[in-house]
This record gives sequence, structure tokens and C-alpha cells, in this order.
Amino acid sequence: MSDEAAKQHRLTAMEFDRRDRSWWTDMFAKALVFGGGVSAIVFIVGILVFIATQGLEFAANRLSWTEFFTSIAWRPNSQKPEYGALALIAGTVSTTAVAMVLVVPLSLGAAIYIGEFARGKKREWLKILIEMLAAVPSVVWGVIGLNVMGPFITDVFGVPSGLNLLNAGIILGMMAAPIMTTIAEDALKAVPDSYREAAEALGATKWQVVLRVVLPHARPGLSAAVLLGVGRAFGETIAVLMASGHAINVPKSLFDPIRSLTATIAAELGETAEGDDHYQALFVVGMLLFTITFFINMIANAIVRGTRRKKA
Amino acid sequence: MSPSGSTFQPTASEQRRRKQQSAAQSLLALTTAMLALPALGILSILIIRGFPGLSAEFFLEEPRNVMSAGGIFPALVGTVWLTAVALLVALPLGISAAIYLSEYAKDNWLTGLINIAIVNLAGVPSIVHALFGVGAFVLFLDFGVSVLAASCTLAVMTLPVIIVATRESLQALPQSFREACWSLGATRWQTIWRVVLPNSGSGILTGVILCVSRAVGETAPIMFTGAVLYLPVAPESVWDQTMALSLHLYNVSTQLPGIPEGLPFSVALTLIGVVLSMNAISIALRMKLRGRKKW
Repeated sequence: MSDEAAKQHRLTAMEFDRRDRSWWTDMFAKALVFGGGVSAIVFIVGILVFIATQGLEFAANRLSWTEFFTSIAWRPNSQKPEYGALALIAGTVSTTAVAMVLVVPLSLGAAIYIGEFARGKKREWLKILIEMLAAVPSVVWGVIGLNVMGPFITDVFGVPSGLNLLNAGIILGMMAAPIMTTIAEDALKAVPDSYREAAEALGATKWQVVLRVVLPHARPGLSAAVLLGVGRAFGETIAVLMASGHAINVPKSLFDPIRSLTATIAAELGETAEGDDHYQALFVVGMLLFTITFFINMIANAIVRGTRRKKA
Repeated sequence: MSPSGSTFQPTASEQRRRKQQSAAQSLLALTTAMLALPALGILSILIIRGFPGLSAEFFLEEPRNVMSAGGIFPALVGTVWLTAVALLVALPLGISAAIYLSEYAKDNWLTGLINIAIVNLAGVPSIVHALFGVGAFVLFLDFGVSVLAASCTLAVMTLPVIIVATRESLQALPQSFREACWSLGATRWQTIWRVVLPNSGSGILTGVILCVSRAVGETAPIMFTGAVLYLPVAPESVWDQTMALSLHLYNVSTQLPGIPEGLPFSVALTLIGVVLSMNAISIALRMKLRGRKKW
């Protein structure tokens, strides 16, 4: 190859070098949005790390785990502090259970009605209504529990205080219902129309189509909807704090006041000093909440992804 | 029943199935009503009992006599501060995360991990976000109890809302738009900046409004990170503490004696008014968009 030809060759290579300004902008932008994408991972790991480390020293050295899970005595401020979270766990579990018993059938029924039976304008408005209900802030639900539902329960059932398990359960149920309805309706929508058409062509009524075709196919999505509702009810804080009566108690009836794990943190964190045992104990409770909701979300996510993969 | 007469006559089994069908439909309509009507009834009680307390002074004056009189002005301004700063933090992060997931990410383990993180960020209880805010922003980054710490906590909490809404509106744009731009020799970023983002602007806006609505209503995450019981003045910088509408509502409902009966309802009505009008705007925008787009 002559010198002249080699020079020519080099020139062409430079012409094909596209690393101009827009190329560098592209690289820079790519790095930037990658950072944004990874930030979600950073935050969730950050939450885990910060909550775990704040309570670690106390959890490792002075907290008795048997006491934490089996004693109902939560007395962080007494001379001999006790950190038994069983009553708080019972409070959280019982309110969530009451809420779910009350609204799971209603939410699934509403989802089926909106998704399969309601048509046109009625359906649009129902969906808007559900979305609006989902947006009502939890502190407003708390005020409703305290000032509307409380006196109502006192009057109707003749109990001394309307702030109790039933009240908190109703309020939590109303908060979780819109989410469950929305996700359940999405699950119904994911069933292909051809399935419905095939069943209708065989002469099935709308209800038979729903019962025999749509529901069996949407079952994983529906259970994910219920699980996410459970997660929401489980982690709700301010509304439960205001509606439940906030008394440490393993409830024996619907009219007993209770106290939840979340409400305990909200009510007590303000009165602790940074780093003392009580403060660290509240972070241990937070860690427990994080772990449980993490597993609920992971299971719901796995169910949804599992069905999606099967369809594809 | 004669064979000839039964041609247009429903058989017994058909009649039974039709009855079942209409019974089921009524029952489902009833469950929907049982869910919606009590909620609507309660919200109307809120309006009936809260509306008489609303006035110009209520919005423009500071609380007096240990919150039992006067207005909610510092709390309103504080909520605007908290929401605005939270948006400034969450918006760049959330939109770039959505761009990455929609335009760059391959279907690999990292993308799966990011999606899991988003699902969990959305599902973590608000009080756990509050603990994170205390540990990370108030103490570790040493922001102190301030607007900045509270807003960062709110930003982390609302991040999934922005990411999910933005990603959806980006993915709704047909792939052919991008391909047309690439074929002209544009880089990936030029395509995103000149074609993808301008065409999904209003979709992103609905996500932003939803995020604002969420940030305005949250109480637990700001309780220990930046919002306080009483401050007569509005914050002057992000390092100040502030009152906030949601926490004010919690305090007048539970923490203070001698509050007039209607006051919590008036504050609740204000809060819910702000949140629901935000959501109404976002819904209206979405509907207008759906009507206009023809691709």
C-alpha cells in the first residue's frame, strides 16, 4: 500500500468516527438516566440499612427476642422497661383481619361489576369515583374514624367508646378497598376477550362467563389484589392511630380498643431521645414492619409476574 | 310444552340461567353500592360540618388561642413548601428513572431488580419511610428537622408514583415515532429529547399531579422530619421547620384540648379539597388526552 493510499484510509476512518458532540451528549444522558433508574434500588437498600443500623446495637445486646415476640407488656417508659410487642402485633393483625373480612368480598364484587357488567358512562364514573376514594389522605380517614364513625359506633352498639377494633377495621377497609378494586379489575381486564366470546358463542349467560371462564383465569391476579390490600392495611399509620383507641391490648371482642405496630412508632418516636433504648426499640418495630410488607409485596409481585409469563 | 311452540319460548333451564344472571348482576351492583355509598356519605358529612368554618380569614390568618381560633395560613404555606421541594427532588430522579426503564433498559436482572425496588418503595408503610427520613436525612446527612429533610422523605415516598406514571406514558408512544427519528441519524438521546418527551408531556404531567396530591396528604413521613405543631411564620428557607396542613389536622383532632367541634372538619375539608381537585385535574387531563390521540 502506498503512502497516499494509507493517508486516504485514515481519513475515512476519521470520517466514520461518530464521537462528535451529540455522541458525547448521548453517553452523558445515558449515564444520567441510568443513575435515576438505579436510585430506586439505592433508596430501598438505604431504607433497609438505615433502619437496621439505627436499632442494631439495642437489638443485638439488650433486646430479648423471646420477650419481644411473646410478651404483651410494652412499657418502654417504666423503671424496668419492657419491650413485648405481642399485643401490638395482635392489634395490627386483628385490624387488618377485620378490614379484610369486611371489604374483600365487596371489593371483588365491585371489581367484577365495574369490569364485566357496567358499561359506558356508568363504568367511567364508577372508575373515577374509586380513583378519588383512593386519593383521600389517611389523616382525613383518621378524622372520620374519630369524629364520625366513633360516635356512630357508640350510639348504635351502646359501647362506652367508639374508638376500637371495629372502627379501625372499618376505616382501614374503606382505605384498602379502592386499591383492591382497581388491581382486581386490572386482573379481570387481562383475561383475553376471545375467552369470553368463545363462552358466549356456546350460549353462556354473562354471569356464567364470569363464573366459569373469567374468574378462574383471573384468580392469581385477584389474590395479588387482596395481598396488596392486606399490605396497605398492615402499614397504615395515622388513620389507625386516630380510630383504634390506642390502648395496648390483645382484643377479645370487636369493641376492644387496640394499638398497632405502626401507630406505636408514630405516637412514641417524638418522645424518645436519639439512640436511647426506646428509640432503638421503635426502629426494631420498623424493621419488623419493613420485613413483613417486603414479603407481602414480593409474593404479590411474583404472582402477577408468574401469570404474565404464562400468557406470553 | 309442544315441540313446535317452544321455538321462541325459553326452556326451563334457560329461564333459570337468566334468573341467575339477573340475580348475580343485582348482587354485584349492590356490593359496588355498599362500597361507594358509605364513603360518599361520610365525605358529604365532612362537607356539611366543615363548610361553615371556611372563610377568607380561615385561609389567611395564623392560628390563635392554642389553635382553637384563627386560621391555617402558616400550615397552607408550609404544605406548599414541602410539596414544591419534594417535587424538585423527586421529579428529576423519577423522570430519568422512567426514561431509563422505558428507553434504555434491557430485559435483564438489573431491570428486574429496579422493578422490584419500585414495587417495594410503593409498598413500604409510610411510618417506615418516616424512620428512614429520620435516620438518613435528619441525622446522617445532618439536614436537621427541616423542610429539606421532610421533603426528601416525601420525595422518596412519591418516587414510585412518578416513575410508574411516566414510564406508562413513554411506553404508550408508538415505536415507529422513535424508528423514524433514528433513521434520520439521530442519537438515542436526541430522539428522547426531541420526539419522545414532547409527545408524552401531558402524560407525564398527570403523573406529576398525582405525586403532588400524594405528597400533600401524607402525615406520618413529615411528623418527625420537618413539620411541627406550631409556628406562627412561614418558612424562609429549606433549613427552617414548618407547619403543614396534614399534621395540623392531626394535631387539632387529637393533640390539643378545647378545639371547637367544627374546626377539624374545616381543616379536613381544605385538605381533601386540595387533594381531590389535583386528582380531578389529572383525570380530566388523561381523558382529554385519550380523546385527542389518534395513534
